[in-house]
Amino acid sequence: MSIPFDSSQGAPLLSVENLVVEYPSKRFRAKPFRALTDINITIGQGETLGLVGESGSGKTTLGRAVLGLAPVTAGKVIFEGNDISNASRKERRTLSRDLQVVFQDPYTSLNPALEIGDILAEPLGVQGMEPAAAKKRVKELLDQVGLPTDAIHRLPREFSGGQRQRVAIARALALSPKLIVCDEPVSALDLSTQARVLDLFLQIQKDTGVSYLFVSHDLDVVRHISHRVAVMYHGEIVEQGPAEVVTRDPEHPYTQRLLLASPVPDPDRQEQRRADRHRLLANQRSQIEQQGAVA
Amino acid sequence: MSDSVETAAIAAPVPAGQSGTVVRSTVMRRLLKNPMGIASLAILLTIAALAILAPVIAPFEENFANISKTLAAPDSVNIMGTDSAGRDTWSRLLFGAQLTLLSALLCAGVAIAIGLPAGLIAGYYAGKFEAVSNWVVSILMSLPGLIVLLTIRAAFGPSVWISMIAFGILISPSYFRLTRTAVQSVRNELYVDAARVSGLSDLSIIARHIFSVVRAPIIIQTAAIAGVAIAIQSGLEFLGLGDPTKATWGVMLSEGFKNVYLTPMLLLWPALAMALTIGGLVLLGNAIRDALEDGEKIKHRKKVVSAESTTADAAKARPSRKSVAAVETGTEHHLVKVTNLGVGYPQADGSIKKVVDDVSFHVDRGEILGIVGESGSGKSQTAFSILGLLPDNARIVGGSIQFDGNYTVAPGEDRVSQERLSKLRGKRISYIPQEPMSNLDPAFTIGYQLVTPMVRVLGISKAEARQRALKLLTDVGITNPERTFNAYPHEVSGGMAQRVLIAGAISCEPDLVIADEPTTALDVTVQADVLDLLRELQQRLNIGVILVTHNFGVVADLCDRVVVMQNGRLVEEGTVREILRNPKEPYTQTLLGSMLEGKTPMTMLVSKPGSAAEKEPVA
Repeated sequence: MSIPFDSSQGAPLLSVENLVVEYPSKRFRAKPFRALTDINITIGQGETLGLVGESGSGKTTLGRAVLGLAPVTAGKVIFEGNDISNASRKERRTLSRDLQVVFQDPYTSLNPALEIGDILAEPLGVQGMEPAAAKKRVKELLDQVGLPTDAIHRLPREFSGGQRQRVAIARALALSPKLIVCDEPVSALDLSTQARVLDLFLQIQKDTGVSYLFVSHDLDVVRHISHRVAVMYHGEIVEQGPAEVVTRDPEHPYTQRLLLASPVPDPDRQEQRRADRHRLLANQRSQIEQQGAVA
Repeated sequence: MSDSVETAAIAAPVPAGQSGTVVRSTVMRRLLKNPMGIASLAILLTIAALAILAPVIAPFEENFANISKTLAAPDSVNIMGTDSAGRDTWSRLLFGAQLTLLSALLCAGVAIAIGLPAGLIAGYYAGKFEAVSNWVVSILMSLPGLIVLLTIRAAFGPSVWISMIAFGILISPSYFRLTRTAVQSVRNELYVDAARVSGLSDLSIIARHIFSVVRAPIIIQTAAIAGVAIAIQSGLEFLGLGDPTKATWGVMLSEGFKNVYLTPMLLLWPALAMALTIGGLVLLGNAIRDALEDGEKIKHRKKVVSAESTTADAAKARPSRKSVAAVETGTEHHLVKVTNLGVGYPQADGSIKKVVDDVSFHVDRGEILGIVGESGSGKSQTAFSILGLLPDNARIVGGSIQFDGNYTVAPGEDRVSQERLSKLRGKRISYIPQEPMSNLDPAFTIGYQLVTPMVRVLGISKAEARQRALKLLTDVGITNPERTFNAYPHEVSGGMAQRVLIAGAISCEPDLVIADEPTTALDVTVQADVLDLLRELQQRLNIGVILVTHNFGVVADLCDRVVVMQNGRLVEEGTVREILRNPKEPYTQTLLGSMLEGKTPMTMLVSKPGSAAEKEPVA
């Protein structure tokens, strides 16, 4: 099932065109806060687009805009040929079969008062599935994400962070969606747990051909899981391309800084990287000064 | 494996879709374990049963008057005596219970019917509805309740029901505010967002995800409101504003008061009934609240138990407090030496849960030691025991800690000696925390927070400390120290706040800095800058640093030596090159194997292909 993405294969699954998101300002008649400016991305069938950027760069907002959780001020979000930028709740309900989400914090993304079985059955019930069939599907899902079947009658607080994130992934998978928006799904997890959850994401994509919009602040994570990578900085996409190119040989100054800022787990190579980074910063500074002088 | 699990799950008789019952049943059980809960429930249930059975067990009609037997003392026919009209007090008390309880329920019901939906809508949607309902609520709350009730009585006659409906409306803002606040706190929770993505209608979201949050506070509030309603209603009737044709406790109280010199007992019975009911309601509310907050209660109990059990140990340790034993010879030159340290928390059942177990390491001057581990490995607990900042209920269960040739925790002591550590902390040992923003007090300027400790610890003047603070801010790479000095914490970025905290940590020229995940909350580019700063300062000042982290990149960047911890134990120790290049222990190998750097993208990291759905190890 794992078909490497080929842009020549017709229309993409999701395309975002000239998207602008603005939040109204709290103050009276003040200018609204612009979170996203002129965003253009596409995601194909079975493809993962990694979205990387620092806190406040707007990467989470982009994911939320695709899900209909952030206001679309201008531009379009097109999913399977339909403009969903201002879809009604009813249209969203149909859409939820194909478009799902995994959030960052596995502690607040599961209702603490509901059993795991009920949490997983919720999206199934919305689509009108019979309780018996839903129960069967819930068991399949738990098996798919590697949780024991007796988890059905347990509450979220009985599980560790990694296990909760598996429940959240199972909920996203419940309706066999075509696209899952993953908002920093591994950044709250321990290193070894993060590795296992990343493996799970890859395995699910291999098995089901699902596409991911994978939001993360960690360039290493994004490089590992993405086919293509988009880099966000101050609400704009500054660089976009194949993962290998963007994460190893970036063009934009910010991506270059980001790449060299991430420390490597070897003292000598890290010393090298540190020196490279200082050289890069010095270069970029002198470039800016030169530009300033020319202007 | 999954087969046996599955059969077990099928055998379990709990049907799906009853989450509410599961939660409630444990609350109910806790409620019944609480003597206050049982007592108040028993009282209320008895009174309710008597009220329901009133027509059966009351010997007389409520208004049946035996004119020949007024103000009689208790006898076999009238077990509580009779009133001034010769009516049987016991019968009237029973019928009065009926009316009093029903009217209290009506009042709470009206208040809930208005306040709860309004609060849910206002909290969930906010916007215009919230603004308008806030106005209405403010008006309702500013009305003088008693005067409104008197006016209504004048207009509609002396009906208990009408006055209780009016009172219900007057008191509905308390439900409105309670509900709205509770809903606001969960409105933006991620699970509500997830439900929206699933296409749940607003009504189902409110019913499934929001209502469960307000259920418990509403029950507690209702117990209180019902009590208030009984008191207010009886108060009105006591003033003579009740319906004289109905037997209620308030009317009886009023009647008893008129004859207080002749038969004081007439006053006692309705007063006693009211006191029992209102007291029962209030105590029930408290018991439910305790049952819901049981987790915290156990903690409290834990503390008491441990205090008792350790008095004996403390007495044993006392002699050593005055003259601290000298450290083992040959180890004085280490800046910090931790020997076989164990840290534990006493549990409710008297056992001790160890979070740090038999950990030994040392740090020398001018050296950076990394403590690496995952959450729950005890790395922060180890750091905090060196700082003496463990929570009150933590116990040193073994080993010792020495700083610069003197014990801060001598062998056999069960607590960190605050007396010895407070002389060191801030002056010779300082601390850089993980969350820069939550470690600066938002109420004071950054300058004030830097100057105050220096004035206290170094004993220098304010002006001198100010000069020093400005220099420190320059040293940590802040370009405009003057402006940062005068800024409040919310006016600077996270990276800047961490620089300020680093400046604070080195302000009193410490020998040892303990940094607990100092860059975890920062962006990667900011992290690189802060790491540069830490390295530069450490080399310039030749201080010892203990760096607690989970990031091997940070370790490679800064540390000279590394200890790896897992589940409270020290797994491996060595120089940074040994550990990162040739880890001997399987756990260290697994951790390093989980690093993404240098791996082929899109390949499995730890699982075999096809088995990514491997079981999560039990944490």
